[in-house]
Amino acid sequence: MSTIEGPTAAEPADDVPRATAAERIDHEARLRGEGVEFPDKPEGPIAAAIIAGGIGAAALGLFTTLAEASTDIHDWLEWDADVGPLSGKTIMAVIVWLVAWAILHVRYRNRPYETRRAFAIAMVLIGLGVLGTFPTFFQAFAP
Amino acid sequence: MHFTGREWWTLIHGMGFGAVFLLAFAGGLAGLYSLRPDLLSPAGVAERMLRLRIGVVAMAVAAWGTVITGTWVVYPWYRDPAPDSPRSQLLADSSTEDWHKFGMEWKEHIAWISPILATVVAFIVVYYGTNLIRHDRVRRTAMALFVLSFLFAGVAGAFGAFITKVAPVS
Repeated sequence: MSTIEGPTAAEPADDVPRATAAERIDHEARLRGEGVEFPDKPEGPIAAAIIAGGIGAAALGLFTTLAEASTDIHDWLEWDADVGPLSGKTIMAVIVWLVAWAILHVRYRNRPYETRRAFAIAMVLIGLGVLGTFPTFFQAFAP
Repeated sequence: MHFTGREWWTLIHGMGFGAVFLLAFAGGLAGLYSLRPDLLSPAGVAERMLRLRIGVVAMAVAAWGTVITGTWVVYPWYRDPAPDSPRSQLLADSSTEDWHKFGMEWKEHIAWISPILATVVAFIVVYYGTNLIRHDRVRRTAMALFVLSFLFAGVAGAFGAFITKVAPVS
């Protein structure tokens, strides 16, 4: 099987100049010509997974902060006596993440949703998740 | 040479899953970075996609293994109310209490973001497959999430190592 012209994977990537858009199209056409398949798939499911990941992170931050701010929520989240409220926080965050993913996947599975916008949304949500799990922040809500 | 049952679990949690996580991250990141049409031969595409799929799925599995064993197996021993538990020892001394109040508190929470993001990246790679070669934006997004997953695990892993040095689970 022949290879395409230009740099190969064996060469250091940093030494390879970034291909222009025209060059990329040309390389892609060569790969297609050599039998590499690029099945047409919408970006919607990818966007759904990315946003859901952000929602999961934000949910973890939210439950962490709520458990600190409210004794009732703290006690409710203590689903396992040995693990403490961390058991409820993490299981709830995972449930929220999976439910959000399922809903978003159904909604966007056939749509050409922009990954860039999904990533921006996820970054904000992940930022909120990191903030909510940062001890200096959530401990400020302790009664 | 002998390890207690608890020490075995801390090894499985930190060094077992942790080592797989590190290896899978290095391989996965290199695979994602080089998944560009100008760097690939047709023969390399199939081989590299298979390796990339294995790498990102392994990283996600290792990340879940790390947080599940850490939270449900090792953490109860750490937070045991007995005076000789690591948590009790750290809180008993004002010079070490921040290892718990900040270090452990951050570690035990932020670690859980890592497997979520690693799973998202594994889904993207498995679902989109060779289309990642064509769509640079999606590939770069996957790389960014992959690195974030690693960074969050890194924070948790670093605090885990430090806390184990100060007050080990034994």
